[in-house]
Amino acid sequence: MSELSINPGIEIRDSERELQRFRGRLGLLGIFALILFGILFLRFFYLQVIQHGHYSTLAEANRISVLPISPHRGIIVDRNGIELAHNYSAYTLEITPSKVADLNDTIDELATIIDITPRDRRRFRKLMEESKRFESLPIRTRLSDEEISRFAAHRYRFPGVEAKARLFRQYPQGEMFSHVVGHIGRINQREVEQLETEGRLANYRGSDYIGKTGLEQSYEKYLHGTTGIEEVEVDSGGRAVRVLSRTPPVSGNNLVLNLDAKLQEIAYNAFGDRRGALVAIDPNTGGVLAFVSKPGFDPNLFVDGIDPVSWKELNGSIDKPLLNRAAAGTYPPGSTFKPFMALAALFYNKRQPQQVISDPGYFMFGGHRFRDGRPVPLGAVDMHRSIVVSSDVYYYTLANELGIDPIARFMEKFGFGSRTGIDIIGEAAGVLPSTEWKMRRFKQKWYAGETISIGIGQGYNSYTPLQLASAMATLANDGVMYRPHIVNYVEDIRTREKTPIEPKPLRNLELKPEHLKIVRDAMVGVNKDGTGARAFAGAPYVSGGKTGTAQVIAIKQGEKYVESRVAERHRDHAWFIAFAPADKPTIALAVIAENSGFGARAAAPVARQVIDYYLLGKVPNQPAPSEDN
Amino acid sequence: MHPALRRIGHFFTRHIDGVLLTAVLLLMVTGLLTLFSASNGNLVRTSGQLLNMMVALAVMWVFANVPPHVLQRMALPLFGLGVALLVGVALFGEIVNGARRWLDIGITRIQPSELMRIALPMALAWYFNRNEATLRLRNFLVAALMLAIPAALILRQPDLGTALLISASGAYLIFLAGLPWRIIIALGVAVACSMPFLWSAMHDYQRQRVMTLIDPTADPLGSGYHTIQSTIAVGSGGILGKGWMNGTQTHLDFIPERTTDFIFAVYAEEFGLIGNLVLLAMLLFVIARAMMITANAPTLFTRLLAGSITMTFCTYAFVNMGMVSGILPVVGVPLPLISYGGTSLVSICISFGILMSINTHKKLVQT
Repeated sequence: MSELSINPGIEIRDSERELQRFRGRLGLLGIFALILFGILFLRFFYLQVIQHGHYSTLAEANRISVLPISPHRGIIVDRNGIELAHNYSAYTLEITPSKVADLNDTIDELATIIDITPRDRRRFRKLMEESKRFESLPIRTRLSDEEISRFAAHRYRFPGVEAKARLFRQYPQGEMFSHVVGHIGRINQREVEQLETEGRLANYRGSDYIGKTGLEQSYEKYLHGTTGIEEVEVDSGGRAVRVLSRTPPVSGNNLVLNLDAKLQEIAYNAFGDRRGALVAIDPNTGGVLAFVSKPGFDPNLFVDGIDPVSWKELNGSIDKPLLNRAAAGTYPPGSTFKPFMALAALFYNKRQPQQVISDPGYFMFGGHRFRDGRPVPLGAVDMHRSIVVSSDVYYYTLANELGIDPIARFMEKFGFGSRTGIDIIGEAAGVLPSTEWKMRRFKQKWYAGETISIGIGQGYNSYTPLQLASAMATLANDGVMYRPHIVNYVEDIRTREKTPIEPKPLRNLELKPEHLKIVRDAMVGVNKDGTGARAFAGAPYVSGGKTGTAQVIAIKQGEKYVESRVAERHRDHAWFIAFAPADKPTIALAVIAENSGFGARAAAPVARQVIDYYLLGKVPNQPAPSEDN
Repeated sequence: MHPALRRIGHFFTRHIDGVLLTAVLLLMVTGLLTLFSASNGNLVRTSGQLLNMMVALAVMWVFANVPPHVLQRMALPLFGLGVALLVGVALFGEIVNGARRWLDIGITRIQPSELMRIALPMALAWYFNRNEATLRLRNFLVAALMLAIPAALILRQPDLGTALLISASGAYLIFLAGLPWRIIIALGVAVACSMPFLWSAMHDYQRQRVMTLIDPTADPLGSGYHTIQSTIAVGSGGILGKGWMNGTQTHLDFIPERTTDFIFAVYAEEFGLIGNLVLLAMLLFVIARAMMITANAPTLFTRLLAGSITMTFCTYAFVNMGMVSGILPVVGVPLPLISYGGTSLVSICISFGILMSINTHKKLVQT
């Protein structure tokens, strides 16, 4: 009121009341303004005092980016230090698809300064389909220095394209070790999930690759190493402004194998152009000396993603190069089963070694005539001779006398029909037939007549070369069975500390030494004057062996009918198992040569070459055995 | 002091309100400091803004020396020109960023909605002043129409933010002119009821802004990004702030438009709650001073114009800081006197010049 009286001279046409009403309303607006600012103050108090911690964390998370530094992957060497998998540094040209306007244009442009093959394009397209858009993907790997400098000069033309120095995995021995060393490849979604459930995903930030097969897969934990961390301050565009802290990566450990690269090479070449597999084991430790599956494939193709054409070629090939025959191929063991049958007879006390069986060339059972293939009947056969000359009738009758389930129980101890536990993944179990197995598999009872051919390793019997080699090693090592292992020790690259993969005795079969002696002597007889004699003629050491022939009934389903190969693929598989030296074995092996007929002819010479090299260091100079019809 | 000098001094200061000028200068210095940090120490940009301020202060001086009765005479022609230009925009305007806001008048491009910010309150104040003796409900209807025409034209451009703020400046004025309470209450109810219809009439981007306010995290890299990042900046500033030139959100480029509409995020991050209180106090001081000028304005025209100017300033400040701190949708409103940009500075200073003119021409009117 007093304020009004200050301005008495103002001419107000309306009454003083009008002015008062105006001032009243202005006061209300003043209060309104105070309320608005009060709201702001409360909001600021809430954000800056109550929620300050939360927003500080968010601001820090904005600011700090944790960049992974991938570790170097451990290398893989054979027992003599020969590199089977190593890394080399090279430049790659990488495109980040999300930063490129038109991918095809960019690649066409690039092709004008750097050689880009149709294969590179196909592979890139495949990688694109499998990855997220913001990842950078290689269009070309292993650029030469000249190419790099050419790209550097034209770099401004290619936003979203970068030349990066990277470590590449390489398998210098190529296809020879493809199934045992395996290969790495780009991490896929399934593997991401797997790593996540195992809680190892954090360590793979920054890793593009993971072991896919073979040792690369099974020893992934050792080979990968620990990812380092670099804390950098970044701006909103993700560009690093400065480094705040750095924890260096720890390189992966190296694998030193029991494998002997030279032995592997000799074995691989000994097959000539045949398909097949060989596993050689040190019976005293279970260490795997050679592990061959032929044909192999070039694992280097897979490292940066295989292009679709090469993949189709490998995957569709009738030779099945991608199949690991040694560990995942299953075959009837044929006559290589007989030494184990003989041991079973002794174990169950069903037959005395000197007990003579008359072999008329056939065995009649239930009105069916089980035949021995040879033209002249053997006549009187004891246990020793039954192995040396490989009598069928002896084992027909034996199988009949033992019965299927006792056979299965005995063979199970040797590891037949179950995975050996070797240190690579993808092993097949095979089939050790029994009444229970047949009921489970076919919902049918076992017929006594089915037992007969089991005795000579045919029928439902189906085992991997690895199982046979492991059984052979067990027999050679007096019934003490070791888990086969390819890796000898894991070596820490910095401390040189060695962590051995312990030779682990799986079990002692508790076989009587006199029983073992009878069977091993018979196997020595095989190589001296039996079915293996020709292959081992003139060997300066004493060895034991056993030939075998696995019948191939028909071409398996899913294979294409190719006339020129049909006849060949109908032929039997040739087996040979062996150990040497006979008195104190240091090597035991199993060889299968597919569709090669009788074991003595195709498989035993491979075994001879391998043992010659292993015991004598002798490198074969004659060409590999060629096919003779 | 020499009499001649004194006369010159008097010439320059007689229509200047020292209190208001001090507050304005303080805010401008705050703005320059913040801008220097927001632009990562860009001297060109900061000195450019300093030049803008000089120009704006000169314009303020000019307007402070224009007697209110001249403004009163100019009110209607200016309003007519403004409406004509807005119609021109609707018919021939240039589309920039999906909105038709600019008009090419040959020499340069102009944004007629800027003119309307001052022309509309002037015209409404002129209208009420003319009908002061016989104020009826009919007059309020006419005033509402005067408000609705430019508001609708601006809304059509589309520019929801400016349309709302211009409507607000008109609404404050009509309220101060004595709009009966029963009508105010009826209007409030009507607005509340028409909300759903308003929603359906909105453009997609406008709806999105409203939705973003309700849940900014729904689209963190799209329309929610501004709000999320500016809220983080404010919150992480804490009580004392991160210190001048030390805001990480600011200097690592996380705050978009950080020299213009979002400059308050920079200020709040670096100066914290204490700084915010100082800024709120300075702004409130300006508002209080302007309220005093309003309360003592000599005529209805000057009272209404000053009241509208005061409340519009308050609303701009509130809307900008509310937007930056995440309680209001993102509308393109600068923080008065702080944000970078000449247009906004000049129009604010024009309104302060008018306030000063109203305050200093009273005695001249009386005599």
